[in-house]
Amino acid sequence: MGKTKRLPSIYLAIVFIVLYAPIFYLIYYSFNSAGTMHSFENFTFDWYREVFQDTRLFIILLNTLVIALLSSVISTVIGVVGAIAITRTREKRFRNALLTLNNVMIVSPDVIIGASFLAFFVMIGIKLGFGSVLISHIAFCVPIVVLMVLPNLEEMSPTLIDAARDLGASTWDVLIRVIIPYISPGILGGFFMALTYSLDDFAVTFFVTGSGFSTLSVEIYSLARRGISLTINALSTLIFLITLFLVIGYYIISKQGMKLKEGGISQ
Amino acid sequence: MQVKTRNIYLIPYMLWIVLFVIAPIALIVYYSLFNITGTLSLENYTRFFTPVYLGMALRSFWYAGIITGISLVAAYPAAYLLTKTEHKQLWLLLIILPSWINLLLKIYAFIGILGYYGPVNSFLDFIQIGTRQILFTDFSFVFVAVYIFIPYMILPIFNALEELNPSLVAAARDLGASSWKAFLRVIFPLTLSGVKAGCRAVFIPSLSLFMITRLISGNRVITLGTAVEQHFLVTQDWGMGSTIAVFLIIAMVLTMLLTETVGKVN
Repeated sequence: MGKTKRLPSIYLAIVFIVLYAPIFYLIYYSFNSAGTMHSFENFTFDWYREVFQDTRLFIILLNTLVIALLSSVISTVIGVVGAIAITRTREKRFRNALLTLNNVMIVSPDVIIGASFLAFFVMIGIKLGFGSVLISHIAFCVPIVVLMVLPNLEEMSPTLIDAARDLGASTWDVLIRVIIPYISPGILGGFFMALTYSLDDFAVTFFVTGSGFSTLSVEIYSLARRGISLTINALSTLIFLITLFLVIGYYIISKQGMKLKEGGISQ
Repeated sequence: MQVKTRNIYLIPYMLWIVLFVIAPIALIVYYSLFNITGTLSLENYTRFFTPVYLGMALRSFWYAGIITGISLVAAYPAAYLLTKTEHKQLWLLLIILPSWINLLLKIYAFIGILGYYGPVNSFLDFIQIGTRQILFTDFSFVFVAVYIFIPYMILPIFNALEELNPSLVAAARDLGASSWKAFLRVIFPLTLSGVKAGCRAVFIPSLSLFMITRLISGNRVITLGTAVEQHFLVTQDWGMGSTIAVFLIIAMVLTMLLTETVGKVN
Protein backbone atom coordinates (compact mmCIF):
# COMPACT_ATOMS: atom_id res chain seq x y z
CA MET A 1 0.00 0.00 0.00
CA GLY A 2 2.71 2.40 1.03
CA LYS A 3 4.62 1.67 -2.15
CA THR A 4 1.70 2.21 -4.50
CA LYS A 5 1.02 5.51 -2.81
CA ARG A 6 4.57 6.72 -3.03
CA LEU A 7 5.12 6.03 -6.71
CA PRO A 8 2.59 8.64 -7.93
CA SER A 9 4.09 11.36 -5.74
CA ILE A 10 7.54 10.51 -7.03
CA TYR A 11 6.33 10.82 -10.61
CA LEU A 12 4.67 14.17 -9.94
CA ALA A 13 7.75 15.36 -8.09
CA ILE A 14 9.91 14.49 -11.10
CA VAL A 15 7.56 16.39 -13.42
CA PHE A 16 7.73 19.45 -11.19
CA ILE A 17 11.50 19.25 -10.83
CA VAL A 18 12.00 18.96 -14.59
CA LEU A 19 9.60 21.84 -15.23
CA TYR A 20 11.25 24.19 -12.77
CA ALA A 21 14.90 23.10 -12.94
CA PRO A 22 15.79 25.16 -16.04
CA ILE A 23 14.23 28.29 -14.56
CA PHE A 24 16.08 27.98 -11.27
CA TYR A 25 19.22 27.02 -13.15
CA LEU A 26 19.05 30.35 -14.96
CA ILE A 27 18.42 32.23 -11.74
CA TYR A 28 21.22 30.46 -9.90
CA TYR A 29 23.86 31.33 -12.48
CA SER A 30 22.70 34.92 -12.73
CA PHE A 31 24.73 35.39 -9.53
CA ASN A 32 27.87 33.75 -10.92
CA SER A 33 30.86 36.07 -11.11
CA ALA A 34 32.62 33.73 -13.55
CA GLY A 35 30.33 34.80 -16.37
CA THR A 36 29.48 31.26 -17.49
CA MET A 37 26.53 28.96 -16.97
CA HIS A 38 28.71 26.32 -15.33
CA SER A 39 31.24 26.16 -12.48
CA PHE A 40 29.89 28.71 -10.02
CA GLU A 41 32.68 30.99 -8.82
CA ASN A 42 31.58 33.80 -6.50
CA PHE A 43 28.31 35.45 -5.67
CA THR A 44 27.80 38.73 -7.49
CA PHE A 45 25.14 41.26 -8.44
CA ASP A 46 27.22 42.49 -11.39
CA TRP A 47 24.86 41.14 -14.03
CA TYR A 48 21.89 42.84 -12.42
CA ARG A 49 23.85 46.07 -12.28
CA GLU A 50 24.60 45.65 -15.95
CA VAL A 51 20.91 45.15 -16.72
CA PHE A 52 19.94 48.30 -14.85
CA GLN A 53 22.73 50.39 -16.36
CA ASP A 54 22.04 49.31 -19.91
CA THR A 55 19.96 52.16 -21.33
CA ARG A 56 19.40 50.32 -24.60
CA LEU A 57 17.90 47.41 -22.71
CA PHE A 58 15.81 49.82 -20.67
CA ILE A 59 14.36 51.35 -23.82
CA ILE A 60 13.60 47.89 -25.17
CA LEU A 61 11.87 47.03 -21.91
CA LEU A 62 9.79 50.21 -22.16
CA ASN A 63 8.91 49.37 -25.77
CA THR A 64 7.77 45.93 -24.70
CA LEU A 65 5.60 47.27 -21.90
CA VAL A 66 4.06 50.03 -24.01
CA ILE A 67 3.27 47.57 -26.79
CA ALA A 68 1.80 45.08 -24.31
CA LEU A 69 -0.40 47.60 -22.50
CA LEU A 70 -1.60 49.40 -25.62
CA SER A 71 -2.27 46.24 -27.57
CA SER A 72 -4.11 44.53 -24.72
CA VAL A 73 -6.34 47.56 -24.07
CA ILE A 74 -7.20 48.01 -27.75
CA SER A 75 -7.63 44.30 -28.41
CA THR A 76 -9.88 44.02 -25.35
CA VAL A 77 -12.14 46.72 -26.77
CA ILE A 78 -12.28 45.11 -30.21
CA GLY A 79 -12.64 41.65 -28.68
CA VAL A 80 -15.58 42.65 -26.47
CA VAL A 81 -17.31 44.27 -29.42
CA GLY A 82 -16.60 41.15 -31.47
CA ALA A 83 -17.99 38.83 -28.81
CA ILE A 84 -21.16 40.93 -28.59
CA ALA A 85 -21.42 40.86 -32.39
CA ILE A 86 -21.13 37.06 -32.36
CA THR A 87 -23.78 36.57 -29.69
CA ARG A 88 -26.12 38.92 -31.54
CA THR A 89 -25.77 36.99 -34.77
CA ARG A 90 -28.84 34.82 -34.92
CA GLU A 91 -28.11 33.07 -38.17
CA LYS A 92 -26.32 29.90 -37.21
CA ARG A 93 -24.11 29.44 -40.25
CA PHE A 94 -22.83 33.00 -40.22
CA ARG A 95 -22.18 32.73 -36.51
CA ASN A 96 -20.22 29.51 -36.93
CA ALA A 97 -18.25 31.09 -39.75
CA LEU A 98 -17.32 33.99 -37.47
CA LEU A 99 -16.28 31.61 -34.70
CA THR A 100 -14.20 29.53 -37.11
CA LEU A 101 -12.40 32.60 -38.46
CA ASN A 102 -11.80 33.69 -34.88
CA ASN A 103 -10.25 30.32 -34.05
CA VAL A 104 -8.12 30.26 -37.21
CA MET A 105 -6.01 33.01 -35.70
CA ILE A 106 -5.66 31.16 -32.39
CA VAL A 107 -4.47 27.86 -33.84
CA SER A 108 -2.39 29.41 -36.61
CA PRO A 109 1.29 28.83 -35.98
CA ASP A 110 3.21 31.99 -35.12
CA VAL A 111 5.37 31.74 -38.23
CA ILE A 112 2.29 31.83 -40.44
CA ILE A 113 0.90 34.86 -38.62
CA GLY A 114 4.30 36.54 -38.72
CA ALA A 115 5.05 35.80 -42.36
CA SER A 116 1.56 36.72 -43.57
CA PHE A 117 1.51 39.97 -41.57
CA LEU A 118 4.92 40.87 -42.95
CA ALA A 119 3.62 40.33 -46.48
CA PHE A 120 0.50 42.34 -45.61
CA PHE A 121 2.39 45.31 -44.15
CA VAL A 122 4.82 45.45 -47.03
CA MET A 123 1.98 45.31 -49.53
CA ILE A 124 -0.09 48.14 -48.00
CA GLY A 125 3.05 50.12 -47.26
CA ILE A 126 3.14 50.24 -43.45
CA LYS A 127 6.66 50.93 -42.24
CA LEU A 128 8.07 48.12 -40.12
CA GLY A 129 8.68 49.20 -36.54
CA PHE A 130 6.57 50.27 -33.58
CA GLY A 131 3.38 50.62 -35.63
CA SER A 132 3.58 47.26 -37.34
CA VAL A 133 4.43 45.46 -34.09
CA LEU A 134 1.56 47.17 -32.25
CA ILE A 135 -0.95 46.35 -35.01
CA SER A 136 0.19 42.73 -35.09
CA HIS A 137 -0.12 42.35 -31.34
CA ILE A 138 -3.60 43.84 -31.37
CA ALA A 139 -4.54 41.52 -34.22
CA PHE A 140 -3.45 38.29 -32.56
CA CYS A 141 -4.84 39.25 -29.13
CA VAL A 142 -8.39 39.96 -30.35
CA PRO A 143 -9.51 36.32 -30.76
CA ILE A 144 -8.31 35.41 -27.27
CA VAL A 145 -10.37 38.21 -25.74
CA VAL A 146 -13.38 37.11 -27.80
CA LEU A 147 -13.07 33.56 -26.47
CA MET A 148 -12.69 34.75 -22.88
CA VAL A 149 -15.71 37.06 -23.05
CA LEU A 150 -18.05 34.83 -25.05
CA PRO A 151 -19.02 32.39 -22.24
CA ASN A 152 -19.96 35.30 -19.99
CA LEU A 153 -22.12 36.84 -22.69
CA GLU A 154 -23.80 33.57 -23.51
CA GLU A 155 -24.91 32.91 -19.96
CA MET A 156 -26.33 36.42 -19.72
CA SER A 157 -30.10 36.37 -19.83
CA PRO A 158 -31.55 38.47 -22.69
CA THR A 159 -34.31 39.59 -20.34
CA LEU A 160 -31.77 41.82 -18.60
CA ILE A 161 -31.31 43.81 -21.79
CA ASP A 162 -35.04 43.84 -22.50
CA ALA A 163 -35.70 45.13 -19.01
CA ALA A 164 -33.14 47.91 -19.41
CA ARG A 165 -34.66 48.84 -22.77
CA ASP A 166 -38.16 48.90 -21.32
CA LEU A 167 -36.95 51.23 -18.62
CA GLY A 168 -35.76 53.63 -21.30
CA ALA A 169 -32.06 52.84 -21.65
CA SER A 170 -30.41 53.69 -24.96
CA THR A 171 -28.16 51.22 -26.81
CA TRP A 172 -25.14 52.96 -25.30
CA ASP A 173 -26.64 52.78 -21.79
CA VAL A 174 -27.36 49.10 -22.22
CA LEU A 175 -23.78 48.45 -23.25
CA ILE A 176 -22.12 50.52 -20.52
CA ARG A 177 -24.47 49.92 -17.60
CA VAL A 178 -25.77 46.41 -18.20
CA ILE A 179 -23.61 44.33 -20.53
CA ILE A 180 -20.10 45.51 -19.57
CA PRO A 181 -20.61 45.15 -15.79
CA TYR A 182 -22.08 41.70 -16.27
CA ILE A 183 -19.23 40.40 -18.41
CA SER A 184 -16.45 42.17 -16.48
CA PRO A 185 -14.84 38.92 -15.23
CA GLY A 186 -14.44 37.79 -18.84
CA ILE A 187 -13.14 41.19 -19.89
CA LEU A 188 -10.55 41.14 -17.12
CA GLY A 189 -9.52 37.60 -18.00
CA GLY A 190 -9.26 38.54 -21.65
CA PHE A 191 -7.19 41.61 -20.86
CA PHE A 192 -4.74 39.59 -18.76
CA MET A 193 -4.49 36.91 -21.42
CA ALA A 194 -3.84 39.53 -24.08
CA LEU A 195 -1.19 41.09 -21.86
CA THR A 196 0.63 37.80 -21.35
CA TYR A 197 0.34 36.87 -25.04
CA SER A 198 1.80 40.20 -26.05
CA LEU A 199 4.62 40.09 -23.48
CA ASP A 200 5.42 36.53 -24.44
CA ASP A 201 5.32 36.84 -28.18
CA PHE A 202 8.49 36.36 -30.08
CA ALA A 203 7.85 34.83 -33.49
CA VAL A 204 5.28 37.31 -34.83
CA THR A 205 7.26 40.29 -33.55
CA PHE A 206 10.44 38.87 -35.02
CA PHE A 207 8.88 38.92 -38.50
CA VAL A 208 7.33 42.39 -38.41
CA THR A 209 9.84 44.30 -36.32
CA GLY A 210 12.15 45.58 -39.04
CA SER A 211 15.59 46.70 -37.97
CA GLY A 212 15.23 49.76 -35.75
CA PHE A 213 12.71 48.52 -33.23
CA SER A 214 13.07 45.65 -30.78
CA THR A 215 11.12 44.03 -27.97
CA LEU A 216 12.49 42.03 -25.09
CA SER A 217 11.86 38.64 -26.72
CA VAL A 218 13.58 39.66 -29.93
CA GLU A 219 16.50 41.07 -27.96
CA ILE A 220 16.83 37.89 -25.91
CA TYR A 221 16.82 35.86 -29.11
CA SER A 222 19.57 37.87 -30.73
CA LEU A 223 21.62 37.77 -27.51
CA ALA A 224 21.11 34.03 -27.13
CA ARG A 225 22.16 33.41 -30.72
CA ARG A 226 25.48 34.98 -29.88
CA GLY A 227 25.93 32.54 -27.00
CA ILE A 228 25.72 32.71 -23.25
CA SER A 229 25.58 36.08 -21.56
CA LEU A 230 24.66 36.26 -17.92
CA THR A 231 22.75 39.50 -18.41
CA ILE A 232 20.09 37.28 -19.95
CA ASN A 233 20.10 35.26 -16.74
CA ALA A 234 19.70 38.36 -14.61
CA LEU A 235 16.95 39.53 -16.91
CA SER A 236 15.18 36.19 -16.68
CA THR A 237 15.20 36.34 -12.88
CA LEU A 238 13.48 39.70 -13.05
CA ILE A 239 11.00 38.45 -15.65
CA PHE A 240 10.29 35.37 -13.56
CA LEU A 241 9.46 37.53 -10.53
CA ILE A 242 7.22 39.83 -12.57
CA THR A 243 5.44 36.84 -14.10
CA LEU A 244 4.94 35.40 -10.64
CA PHE A 245 3.37 38.64 -9.43
CA LEU A 246 1.13 38.83 -12.50
CA VAL A 247 -0.04 35.24 -12.08
CA ILE A 248 -0.72 35.65 -8.36
CA GLY A 249 -2.54 38.91 -9.05
CA TYR A 250 -4.63 37.33 -11.76
CA TYR A 251 -5.35 34.32 -9.54
CA ILE A 252 -6.56 36.52 -6.68
CA ILE A 253 -8.65 38.74 -8.96
CA SER A 254 -10.28 35.80 -10.70
CA LYS A 255 -11.00 34.15 -7.35
CA GLN A 256 -12.66 37.33 -6.15
CA GLY A 257 -14.59 37.61 -9.38
CA MET A 258 -15.87 34.09 -8.91
CA LYS A 259 -16.89 34.82 -5.33
CA LEU A 260 -18.67 38.01 -6.37
CA LYS A 261 -20.52 36.11 -9.02
CA GLU A 262 -21.49 33.29 -6.72
CA GLY A 263 -22.74 35.71 -4.11
CA GLY A 264 -24.26 38.31 -6.39
CA ILE A 265 -25.78 37.06 -9.59
CA SER A 266 -26.48 33.41 -8.86
CA GLN A 267 -30.05 32.33 -9.42
CA MET B 1 -33.79 48.54 -34.71
CA GLN B 2 -32.53 45.08 -33.94
CA VAL B 3 -30.76 44.78 -37.25
CA LYS B 4 -29.19 48.20 -36.87
CA THR B 5 -27.65 47.53 -33.44
CA ARG B 6 -26.29 44.22 -34.65
CA ASN B 7 -24.53 45.90 -37.52
CA ILE B 8 -22.81 48.42 -35.30
CA TYR B 9 -21.04 45.73 -33.31
CA LEU B 10 -20.22 43.67 -36.36
CA ILE B 11 -18.44 46.45 -38.26
CA PRO B 12 -15.17 46.68 -36.26
CA TYR B 13 -15.03 42.94 -35.74
CA MET B 14 -15.61 42.13 -39.38
CA LEU B 15 -13.00 44.69 -40.29
CA TRP B 16 -10.52 42.88 -38.06
CA ILE B 17 -11.43 39.51 -39.60
CA VAL B 18 -11.08 40.74 -43.17
CA LEU B 19 -7.86 42.66 -42.58
CA PHE B 20 -5.99 40.29 -40.30
CA VAL B 21 -7.40 36.83 -40.90
CA ILE B 22 -8.59 36.66 -44.49
CA ALA B 23 -6.27 39.15 -46.22
CA PRO B 24 -2.95 37.82 -44.83
CA ILE B 25 -3.81 34.21 -45.64
CA ALA B 26 -4.96 35.22 -49.11
CA LEU B 27 -1.67 37.08 -49.54
CA ILE B 28 0.31 33.99 -48.59
CA VAL B 29 -1.49 31.99 -51.26
CA TYR B 30 -0.96 34.83 -53.73
CA TYR B 31 2.78 35.06 -53.07
CA SER B 32 3.17 31.29 -53.35
CA LEU B 33 2.24 31.59 -57.02
CA PHE B 34 5.24 33.75 -57.86
CA ASN B 35 8.72 32.36 -58.31
CA ILE B 36 11.85 34.15 -57.16
CA THR B 37 12.09 36.25 -60.31
CA GLY B 38 8.52 37.44 -59.80
CA THR B 39 6.76 35.67 -62.62
CA LEU B 40 3.50 33.87 -62.13
CA SER B 41 4.05 30.12 -62.09
CA LEU B 42 3.53 26.93 -60.17
CA GLU B 43 7.29 26.50 -59.94
CA ASN B 44 7.31 26.76 -56.15
CA TYR B 45 4.84 23.92 -55.87
CA THR B 46 6.83 21.65 -58.15
CA ARG B 47 9.92 22.58 -56.15
CA PHE B 48 8.15 21.61 -52.94
CA PHE B 49 7.71 18.09 -54.29
CA THR B 50 11.41 17.60 -54.97
CA PRO B 51 13.26 15.33 -52.52
CA VAL B 52 14.93 18.25 -50.70
CA TYR B 53 11.73 19.94 -49.60
CA LEU B 54 9.59 16.82 -49.36
CA GLY B 55 12.18 15.15 -47.15
CA MET B 56 12.33 18.24 -44.97
CA ALA B 57 8.54 18.26 -44.65
CA LEU B 58 8.35 14.56 -43.81
CA ARG B 59 11.11 14.88 -41.21
CA SER B 60 9.28 17.81 -39.71
CA PHE B 61 6.11 15.70 -39.39
CA TRP B 62 8.11 12.83 -37.97
CA TYR B 63 9.67 15.02 -35.27
CA ALA B 64 6.33 16.65 -34.46
CA GLY B 65 4.81 13.18 -34.13
CA ILE B 66 7.55 12.01 -31.77
CA ILE B 67 7.26 15.19 -29.69
CA THR B 68 3.49 14.83 -29.46
CA GLY B 69 3.74 11.14 -28.58
CA ILE B 70 6.29 11.63 -25.81
CA SER B 71 4.37 14.59 -24.42
CA LEU B 72 1.18 12.54 -24.31
CA VAL B 73 2.80 9.56 -22.60
CA ALA B 74 4.46 11.80 -20.01
CA ALA B 75 1.50 14.15 -19.53
CA TYR B 76 -1.35 11.69 -19.12
CA PRO B 77 -0.15 10.11 -15.86
CA ALA B 78 0.83 13.53 -14.56
CA ALA B 79 -2.63 14.93 -15.31
CA TYR B 80 -4.26 11.86 -13.79
CA LEU B 81 -2.20 12.10 -10.61
CA LEU B 82 -2.89 15.82 -10.38
CA THR B 83 -6.63 15.18 -10.22
CA LYS B 84 -5.98 12.95 -7.21
CA THR B 85 -4.06 15.54 -5.19
CA GLU B 86 -5.42 17.89 -2.59
CA HIS B 87 -5.39 21.57 -3.66
CA LYS B 88 -5.34 20.38 -7.25
CA GLN B 89 -6.12 23.83 -8.65
CA LEU B 90 -3.00 25.17 -6.98
CA TRP B 91 -0.86 22.33 -8.33
CA LEU B 92 -2.32 22.86 -11.76
CA LEU B 93 -1.46 26.53 -11.56
CA LEU B 94 2.10 25.55 -10.69
CA ILE B 95 2.22 23.27 -13.74
CA ILE B 96 1.02 26.10 -15.98
CA LEU B 97 3.24 28.76 -14.44
CA PRO B 98 6.41 27.78 -16.37
CA SER B 99 4.48 28.07 -19.62
CA TRP B 100 4.03 31.77 -18.85
CA ILE B 101 7.74 32.35 -18.62
CA ASN B 102 9.14 33.61 -21.86
CA LEU B 103 9.74 30.70 -24.19
CA LEU B 104 13.12 32.00 -25.27
CA LEU B 105 14.42 32.12 -21.72
CA LYS B 106 13.53 28.48 -21.22
CA ILE B 107 15.22 27.52 -24.47
CA TYR B 108 18.22 29.62 -23.50
CA ALA B 109 18.47 27.78 -20.17
CA PHE B 110 18.97 24.55 -22.07
CA ILE B 111 21.93 26.00 -23.93
CA GLY B 112 23.62 26.02 -20.53
CA ILE B 113 22.15 22.80 -19.16
CA LEU B 114 22.87 20.66 -22.20
CA GLY B 115 26.12 22.42 -23.06
CA TYR B 116 29.50 20.75 -23.05
CA TYR B 117 30.30 21.92 -19.52
CA GLY B 118 26.70 21.77 -18.33
CA PRO B 119 25.28 19.68 -15.46
CA VAL B 120 23.99 16.93 -17.74
CA ASN B 121 27.45 16.31 -19.13
CA SER B 122 28.98 16.49 -15.64
CA PHE B 123 26.51 13.84 -14.57
CA LEU B 124 27.29 11.64 -17.58
CA ASP B 125 30.95 12.03 -16.80
CA PHE B 126 30.30 11.16 -13.15
CA ILE B 127 28.53 7.89 -14.00
CA GLN B 128 31.41 6.95 -16.31
CA ILE B 129 29.58 7.40 -19.58
CA GLY B 130 31.71 10.38 -20.43
CA THR B 131 30.93 13.81 -21.77
CA ARG B 132 29.51 14.13 -25.21
CA GLN B 133 27.94 16.62 -27.54
CA ILE B 134 24.27 16.90 -26.52
CA LEU B 135 23.48 20.33 -27.83
CA PHE B 136 22.85 20.48 -31.56
CA THR B 137 21.51 16.92 -31.75
CA ASP B 138 18.06 15.53 -32.57
CA PHE B 139 17.74 14.40 -28.97
CA SER B 140 18.18 17.89 -27.54
CA PHE B 141 15.62 19.25 -30.00
CA VAL B 142 13.00 16.67 -29.04
CA PHE B 143 13.70 16.98 -25.34
CA VAL B 144 13.46 20.76 -25.23
CA ALA B 145 10.33 20.74 -27.39
CA VAL B 146 8.65 18.23 -25.06
CA TYR B 147 9.68 20.37 -22.11
CA ILE B 148 8.15 23.46 -23.69
CA PHE B 149 4.90 21.81 -24.76
CA ILE B 150 4.07 19.50 -21.89
CA PRO B 151 1.94 22.00 -19.89
CA TYR B 152 -0.28 22.43 -22.96
CA MET B 153 -0.82 18.68 -23.01
CA ILE B 154 -1.44 18.33 -19.27
CA LEU B 155 -4.05 21.10 -19.08
CA PRO B 156 -6.74 19.73 -21.47
CA ILE B 157 -6.26 16.17 -20.20
CA PHE B 158 -6.62 17.39 -16.63
CA ASN B 159 -9.84 19.18 -17.56
CA ALA B 160 -11.22 16.10 -19.31
CA LEU B 161 -10.38 13.94 -16.30
CA GLU B 162 -12.09 16.41 -14.02
CA GLU B 163 -15.27 16.17 -16.06
CA LEU B 164 -15.21 12.40 -15.91
CA ASN B 165 -17.86 11.04 -13.60
CA PRO B 166 -15.97 8.92 -11.00
CA SER B 167 -18.96 6.62 -10.50
CA LEU B 168 -18.39 5.33 -14.05
CA VAL B 169 -14.95 4.10 -13.05
CA ALA B 170 -16.34 2.67 -9.83
CA ALA B 171 -19.04 0.86 -11.81
CA ALA B 172 -16.44 -0.62 -14.16
CA ARG B 173 -14.42 -1.84 -11.20
CA ASP B 174 -17.55 -3.30 -9.54
CA LEU B 175 -18.31 -5.18 -12.72
CA GLY B 176 -14.92 -6.85 -12.47
CA ALA B 177 -12.68 -4.73 -14.70
CA SER B 178 -9.07 -4.58 -13.64
CA SER B 179 -7.72 -1.08 -13.08
CA TRP B 180 -5.83 -1.33 -16.39
CA LYS B 181 -8.98 -2.45 -18.20
CA ALA B 182 -11.01 0.28 -16.53
CA PHE B 183 -8.47 2.78 -17.79
CA LEU B 184 -8.40 1.36 -21.30
CA ARG B 185 -12.15 0.93 -21.75
CA VAL B 186 -13.63 3.68 -19.58
CA ILE B 187 -11.23 6.43 -18.52
CA PHE B 188 -9.21 6.83 -21.71
CA PRO B 189 -12.14 6.82 -24.17
CA LEU B 190 -14.03 9.31 -22.04
CA THR B 191 -11.08 11.69 -21.86
CA LEU B 192 -10.28 11.38 -25.55
CA SER B 193 -11.49 14.93 -26.17
CA GLY B 194 -8.80 16.21 -23.81
CA VAL B 195 -6.16 14.02 -25.42
CA LYS B 196 -7.11 15.33 -28.86
CA ALA B 197 -7.06 18.93 -27.69
CA GLY B 198 -3.65 18.36 -26.15
CA CYS B 199 -2.26 16.71 -29.29
CA ARG B 200 -3.52 19.61 -31.37
CA ALA B 201 -1.94 22.11 -29.00
CA VAL B 202 1.41 20.32 -29.27
CA PHE B 203 1.53 19.01 -32.85
CA ILE B 204 0.94 22.27 -34.73
CA PRO B 205 3.54 24.33 -32.82
CA SER B 206 6.07 21.49 -33.08
CA LEU B 207 5.81 21.75 -36.84
CA SER B 208 6.35 25.44 -36.81
CA LEU B 209 8.47 26.69 -33.91
CA PHE B 210 11.74 27.83 -35.39
CA MET B 211 13.37 29.21 -32.25
CA ILE B 212 14.08 25.79 -30.75
CA THR B 213 15.70 24.51 -33.92
CA ARG B 214 17.73 27.68 -34.32
CA LEU B 215 19.01 27.85 -30.75
CA ILE B 216 19.16 24.22 -29.63
CA SER B 217 19.67 22.02 -32.63
CA GLY B 218 21.83 24.27 -34.74
CA ASN B 219 20.84 23.58 -38.29
CA ARG B 220 20.55 19.83 -37.81
CA VAL B 221 16.79 19.81 -37.55
CA ILE B 222 14.85 21.94 -40.02
CA THR B 223 11.12 22.09 -39.45
CA LEU B 224 8.52 23.61 -41.73
CA GLY B 225 8.55 26.68 -39.50
CA THR B 226 12.30 27.06 -39.74
CA ALA B 227 12.05 26.81 -43.51
CA VAL B 228 9.40 29.55 -43.64
CA GLU B 229 11.53 31.82 -41.48
CA GLN B 230 14.60 31.04 -43.57
CA HIS B 231 12.87 31.92 -46.83
CA PHE B 232 11.16 35.04 -45.58
CA LEU B 233 13.92 36.62 -43.53
CA VAL B 234 17.20 35.17 -44.74
CA THR B 235 17.06 34.24 -48.42
CA GLN B 236 14.15 36.64 -49.13
CA ASP B 237 12.52 34.07 -51.37
CA TRP B 238 8.97 34.92 -50.30
CA GLY B 239 7.40 32.79 -53.00
CA MET B 240 8.94 29.55 -51.73
CA GLY B 241 8.41 30.63 -48.11
CA SER B 242 4.73 31.20 -48.85
CA THR B 243 4.46 27.82 -50.55
CA ILE B 244 5.83 26.09 -47.46
CA ALA B 245 3.47 28.22 -45.37
CA VAL B 246 0.56 27.03 -47.53
CA PHE B 247 1.48 23.43 -46.76
CA LEU B 248 1.81 24.32 -43.09
CA ILE B 249 -1.71 25.77 -43.20
CA ILE B 250 -2.97 22.60 -44.91
CA ALA B 251 -1.29 20.49 -42.21
CA MET B 252 -2.89 22.68 -39.58
CA VAL B 253 -6.38 22.31 -41.08
CA LEU B 254 -5.95 18.53 -41.35
CA THR B 255 -4.80 18.31 -37.74
CA MET B 256 -7.79 20.37 -36.67
CA LEU B 257 -10.18 18.13 -38.60
CA LEU B 258 -8.60 14.97 -37.20
CA THR B 259 -8.71 16.16 -33.62
CA GLU B 260 -12.10 17.84 -33.82
CA THR B 261 -14.39 16.67 -31.05
CA VAL B 262 -17.66 15.79 -32.68
CA GLY B 263 -20.72 17.54 -31.32
CA LYS B 264 -19.68 19.46 -28.26
CA VAL B 265 -17.39 22.41 -28.76
CA ASN B 266 -15.55 23.19 -25.57
